[in-house]
Amino acid sequence: MSTQAIVGPHAALQAQIRWRWSETVFWLATLLPFVLTPNYLVLASQIAIAALFVLSLDLILGFCGIISLGHAAYFGVGAYAAGLASKWGWGEPLSGLLIAAVAAGIFGYLTSFIIVRFRHLALIMITLGIGLVLQEAANSASWLTGGFDGLQGIHTWPIFGKFRFDLYGYTAYGYALAVLFVIFLVARRLMHSPFGLALRGIRENGQRMPAIGAPTHAHIRTIYTIAALIAGIAGALLSQTTETVSLEVLGFQRSADVVVMLILGGTGRLYGGLIGAVVYMVARDQLSGLNPQFWYFWIGLLLIAVVMILPNGILGGLALLARKAGVKP
Amino acid sequence: MPPVFGVLFDGLAYGMLLFLLSVGLSVTLGMMNFVNLAHCSFAMLGGYVTVTLMNGYGWPFFATLPAAFIAAALASVVLERVFFRRFYNAGDLDQCLLTIGIVFISIASAAYIYGTIQQPVQLPSYLRGSIAFMGLNLGVYRMFLIGTALLITIVLVVALETTRFGAQVRAAVNNQRMARGLGIDVDRLFAVTFALGSGLAGLGGALAIEIVGLDPSFALTYLIYVLIVVSVGGLGSIAGSFAAAMVLGVSDVAGKYYVPALGAFLIYLVMIVLLMWRPTGLFGRR
Repeated sequence: MSTQAIVGPHAALQAQIRWRWSETVFWLATLLPFVLTPNYLVLASQIAIAALFVLSLDLILGFCGIISLGHAAYFGVGAYAAGLASKWGWGEPLSGLLIAAVAAGIFGYLTSFIIVRFRHLALIMITLGIGLVLQEAANSASWLTGGFDGLQGIHTWPIFGKFRFDLYGYTAYGYALAVLFVIFLVARRLMHSPFGLALRGIRENGQRMPAIGAPTHAHIRTIYTIAALIAGIAGALLSQTTETVSLEVLGFQRSADVVVMLILGGTGRLYGGLIGAVVYMVARDQLSGLNPQFWYFWIGLLLIAVVMILPNGILGGLALLARKAGVKP
Repeated sequence: MPPVFGVLFDGLAYGMLLFLLSVGLSVTLGMMNFVNLAHCSFAMLGGYVTVTLMNGYGWPFFATLPAAFIAAALASVVLERVFFRRFYNAGDLDQCLLTIGIVFISIASAAYIYGTIQQPVQLPSYLRGSIAFMGLNLGVYRMFLIGTALLITIVLVVALETTRFGAQVRAAVNNQRMARGLGIDVDRLFAVTFALGSGLAGLGGALAIEIVGLDPSFALTYLIYVLIVVSVGGLGSIAGSFAAAMVLGVSDVAGKYYVPALGAFLIYLVMIVLLMWRPTGLFGRR
């Protein structure tokens, strides 16, 4: 029997899927803001949304090696889709997420045909270009998007008809956190599947993968569409919880921020993006309180420090420390 | 003459500016494959040097131009020694992040020192105004800009084609490893080219103030234009950069003149279409 050979990789994947105690601690800790910092729940909901957005980028950048400087395009499509649905009289939040996911997913699928053809600098430029084109398009189509003034008149209905969105962000944070958790589970399962392994193969060597019979382009298109879809959901969460959509959701700044968050936390680890989002958003909240103009000085310094000292991000550095100390995470 | 020639003239002047800003990046990218997103920070530095020397110390405009060149070149040498050198063999992403970090720091520093307002410059009287030529009003400064950029282009091309240094640069761009094998000190060559390219960017930044203004966001706004020029023109190609800068300059000015509602939409679209048609750029080989 050749079961031995089949069990090998299977068991390896199974071992990765197993839930670790540190993960349980992490997700329990996400409930702490309800108790410890109830005044910061609005910020916490923003962090959860940013974390979801970073997660979507991690799927393509961390696992598949596709550098994108225009990922905000999909975030923005989702934000506008959910916002418009609500403005036109359908403010039910969960189906709003679905609408946004479909819209962003379709846009992601269409653009993925362009993405697969490029690598390196051309890829960076193409993703940047797609983001910029979309922002300019949204700016000129002000009859639809409200242009520079933003989309007004969004009203999100209570979740399940029960939980209203309050001023303090209780519902917003609970809602964003629940969506983040569910999607995280899906992404985690996906990345520990044979498909996830194939993506890592593409990241490590894009030329050899087709040689062993992997449909590289189809894989890239699939994961790019999934990432776009998740980014769209993150955008929809933002427009539903803040009840406004501004052009800034499509901006280059947002695309750059999300890359910074991911690198800060560590790529290709799922949790790296989440931790990066927390650190980045909290730091921005604190530092811009001190001196808003100088915020980017510190971010720049942080970026240089991360690239020079912690090439694998915070989580990579922690893992290294843990290995040295002999602790198994 | 119809306004189309006026638009063409302004577009050409704008294209020349973009060429000055981007040619250094094109050559260094072609040579070392180092994605230097901080290139426009050097241009911004040049602009601020000119502003400071003119408004603070009363230097004449022309005397500040070499100062802008030298300041940007010196700053680039320092950064190259301290940071960039360690990242030549790193991935695209690390290079992008390191240099975008430098961009952020430069923007914040400029905002801290000079504030976020546009910086004024007072040009000498003989560069102001315009000349009527066959029914067209041609701005004197734009003519000066086109003349300067053309002169620099000619000097660059001649230097690259005829001098020993130029031959070494061409060899290193063409095949870095082979050039090393032949005993060319590519690292030193790169440092010199990098300084020259950044110096040109600084000069471009100083010349750009009159046309596009100068504020801390310059380093990021024009970075996008410069990257478009470089990627469309093809890495390491001066002719490619020149052609791409002209196409971009003219289409940007024409787009803003004829269909202002589209804004910058047109040039981004031009870039995507050109890159899809030729992923390595108009004149790129790799």
